[in-house]
Amino acid sequence: MLKYKGIKEIAGSLIVVEGVSNAKYEELVEVELPDNSKRVGRVLEASAGKALVQMFEETRGLTPESSKVSFLGKTMTLEASEEMLGRVFDGSAKPLDGHPYPILEKNLDINGSPINPYCREYPDNFIQTGISSIDALNTLVRGQKLPIFSASGLPHSLLATQIARQAKIAGNFSIVFGAMGITFEESRFFIEEFKKTGALSRSTLFINTAADPVIERITLPRLALTAAEYLAFEKDYHVLVILTDMTNYCEALREVSAARKEVPGRRGYPGYLYTDLASIYERAGLIQGKKGSVTQIPILTMPEDDKTHPIPDLTGYITEGQIMLSRTLYQQGIYPPIDVLPSLSRLRDKGIGDKKTRKDHPGLANQLFASYARGQEIKELTVILGESSLSETDRAYLRFAEKFEEKFLTQDLYENREIEETLMLGWELLSILPKEELKRVKEEDMEKYLNKEQNETKS
Amino acid sequence: MKQSQGEIIKVSGPLVVAKNMEGASIYEVVKVSRLELMGEIIEMRDGIASIQVYEETSGIGPGEPVHKTGYQLSVELGPGLMSGIYDGIQRPLKDLFKNSGDFITRGINVPSLDESKKWHFSPLVKKGDYLEKGDLVGEVKEMSIMHKIMLPPSSSGGEVVSIKEGDLTIKDTVAEIKSKDGKIEEIKMTQKWPIREKRPFSQKIVPKDLLVTGQRVIDTFFPVTKGGTAAVPGPFGSGKTVVLHQIAKWADADIIIFVGCGERGNEMTDVLKEFPELKDPKTGRPLLERTVLIANTSNMPVAAREASVYTGITIAEYFRDMGYNVALMADSTSRWAEALREISARLEEMPGEEGYPAYLGSRTASFYERAGYVKCLGSKDREGSLTVIGSVSPPGGDLSEPVTQNTLRTVKVFWSLEDRLAYARHFPAINWLNSYSLYMDNLKDYFEEKGGDGFLQEREDAMRILNEESRLEEIVRLIGFESLSSRDKLIMETARAIREDFLMQNAFDNADTFTSFRKQKKMLEMIISFYKKGQELLSSDESIDNVLNLPEKAELAKAKFINEDDIK
Repeated sequence: MLKYKGIKEIAGSLIVVEGVSNAKYEELVEVELPDNSKRVGRVLEASAGKALVQMFEETRGLTPESSKVSFLGKTMTLEASEEMLGRVFDGSAKPLDGHPYPILEKNLDINGSPINPYCREYPDNFIQTGISSIDALNTLVRGQKLPIFSASGLPHSLLATQIARQAKIAGNFSIVFGAMGITFEESRFFIEEFKKTGALSRSTLFINTAADPVIERITLPRLALTAAEYLAFEKDYHVLVILTDMTNYCEALREVSAARKEVPGRRGYPGYLYTDLASIYERAGLIQGKKGSVTQIPILTMPEDDKTHPIPDLTGYITEGQIMLSRTLYQQGIYPPIDVLPSLSRLRDKGIGDKKTRKDHPGLANQLFASYARGQEIKELTVILGESSLSETDRAYLRFAEKFEEKFLTQDLYENREIEETLMLGWELLSILPKEELKRVKEEDMEKYLNKEQNETKS
Repeated sequence: MKQSQGEIIKVSGPLVVAKNMEGASIYEVVKVSRLELMGEIIEMRDGIASIQVYEETSGIGPGEPVHKTGYQLSVELGPGLMSGIYDGIQRPLKDLFKNSGDFITRGINVPSLDESKKWHFSPLVKKGDYLEKGDLVGEVKEMSIMHKIMLPPSSSGGEVVSIKEGDLTIKDTVAEIKSKDGKIEEIKMTQKWPIREKRPFSQKIVPKDLLVTGQRVIDTFFPVTKGGTAAVPGPFGSGKTVVLHQIAKWADADIIIFVGCGERGNEMTDVLKEFPELKDPKTGRPLLERTVLIANTSNMPVAAREASVYTGITIAEYFRDMGYNVALMADSTSRWAEALREISARLEEMPGEEGYPAYLGSRTASFYERAGYVKCLGSKDREGSLTVIGSVSPPGGDLSEPVTQNTLRTVKVFWSLEDRLAYARHFPAINWLNSYSLYMDNLKDYFEEKGGDGFLQEREDAMRILNEESRLEEIVRLIGFESLSSRDKLIMETARAIREDFLMQNAFDNADTFTSFRKQKKMLEMIISFYKKGQELLSSDESIDNVLNLPEKAELAKAKFINEDDIK
């Protein structure tokens, strides 16, 4: 292999190599320092006689004159293996748990290839997370990409581990967890939490802390998804991929884009942010004839709690809904602080109902939703008009909204609610409201479930 | 002819620069590298060509060859298009699957149309007839539509010297035409057309027909004509795609072209799964049989995304030329604009607003201008229409951004989707106060004829009541509903009925998903007559509670769930 000595420029994590004859776009590059240590990078732009290379590691210590550059003739790959389960890796897939790298089963390009839309299977199977506000109202469906929109200071990490711990799918189930730019404490927390609850044995963790190279934040989700795709489509696992925090990922992308002097789009993020995020999120899905599935829960923190910020905004345009966390709810001491009104699971209606969850589920979900929305509206009115001006019905709505937050939304970090339990809880709350107000549930379901418990206690 | 070849000098994402490209024309298709990736020249300077490549470019480097092809990026038009699903450059996804499996890999060349399938060709002209370009030569039954075979616009026309009938492939010659100067032209069932050029027609006509979409808020309040243009901007989660899907399902067009441009893969799967099972209310045949899908999802190459809307509209024009009413949905045009921006940035062009190229406005306008109601090319009077409906995904729901603004300058109908309504689960979340349709004048005759007396008046009354409501809402917020006068209470309650019982429509309910214009008219009539009756009763000192408890009021809520066949 040819080694070049022509580093012309080093700026941040970018280097320019001259006198190169055959660099390929996205090809991997190895730079050998005078002390024989090696660092890896990737070609960002290949021109005649010149290559722009993005280093994955620090460029500190690189000397233009004496460092040697070799082009490896391959693009970045992941050595995938079923043995990756139960293991922890960093952003360049090096083991962090002190064990050797598992035996290679298949070498895969980390960028993957787009799933042919013709081959996709439509996601319509329910995943139980054991969290009422998700299961009943914003149902997660196998093969879906459903992000959590959080903000700094909110318990999204706790929620992520709770979902990882409780999620239930029939068949082989595993979790791929990718963490980008998190703190050391957080990374400890995640690893410990996975170990403590025994979830680690069915999980693969990829962790890039804030102290690790920025560029690895860009490759990490791709490594995680490549591993997930391998497990799902070659080993028949149902894989749940949790990625946190996508905001750090986007920041890293912006940093690299700025270093390349690209024309910035909104708020300095590159114009291709949408396409780039899509190349991650769209890797969720089901394929006809394959047993496994890839489901994604990306987590992002909205800067300044602003939903219109480019990161949540573009994410929302790609993903199939969003789970919104609310600071107001959290300040009221409600965990998980999921604000159900702006939350949405676009695939919910296909994943619930008869034979999937229960026949009354769709109607019940709509009713709970509408009633809570009405309750919130009345609450706002009450602030101006005072409770005395409310009608009897309005007061019932107010009481409903209160109980809904207290009993339905609120649940313990270790409380795993079966879907039946969640649905019955919903009916119980609906009994607060006058029967005539329940327009969205079917008559027959009302007879069957409403006041059932009260009837039982009476008799 | 063997074309000379160029050499790559730079690769940067989807943009490849090559030298020694003298003689190539701008927008010519080229094959890039040893993998023969498809690309299109978008800039030429002194023999140096900038090429946008329609496939992933990783692993490609300087020194590799670039082959010229001599043709422009074109689509192949002929029998076999219906119910197909293609990527942005008209490669059938089904055949890509056969070639490369579940994931799309690179450098696959597959014909756009099945070349071996036999179609039964029935001639519509006989030997000795004289034909002009655009005239019908024959037809082929393709699923539920008659696929007309036309003399291509490039033909010079002439006398039919031979014509066949029987089972033929698209490669076979079906007729021969002798032009005035004695040249014989062979006519096949297919023709090629460059996607960036609009297909010719003989003249445009002012559209006067309603495109019935079966969506009440659209047909009654913000209608679009056959041959019209409409835009659906809205933040995420406001239901743009559902609106487009609903129109694709129920619109009374003959042919639907659905372009999934940079959107979700699962949405295309949804269409593929659902459309074969749904029946076209007009023909009773599966909806997929009148649909062509172009799917270039968000993770597929960005340059092909740019091409996908043109591929779609060229196919749409082709069916229009046969004399059909065609409707094209593009979801989402913002992703198309972003693809333009990305390529433009790589070309290091001077950016306009928000990094979009300065030509965004003219490109958008010329795209929508390809819609219209036309007299088709040819000697016979044949009319066809192409309706274009595009969704727009404004960042943060902010309508002041360039793509929305450029679109609104061009289109005539604006359906404003709001997340506020979507949160309240008011679907379709089309805001009734700021949406508009500029086709009301064109449609006046239609509405007077089909809607009978009073429809336009009732529509106006309903709009007035909704406007009143928004004014009264302010007051209610301050002093409460109970403090309103009886008349105002009646307005509020009627407005609520209009919103909940008329504007809101459940796409997932079998009876409610589609409402014929006849039923829409009836429903509106019921609401307005309840309002009028209420007003009368109030004048004769009836209490508001009694008015609101009228049996007519309860009927309103049930109306939408009455089946089309059971309407009195």
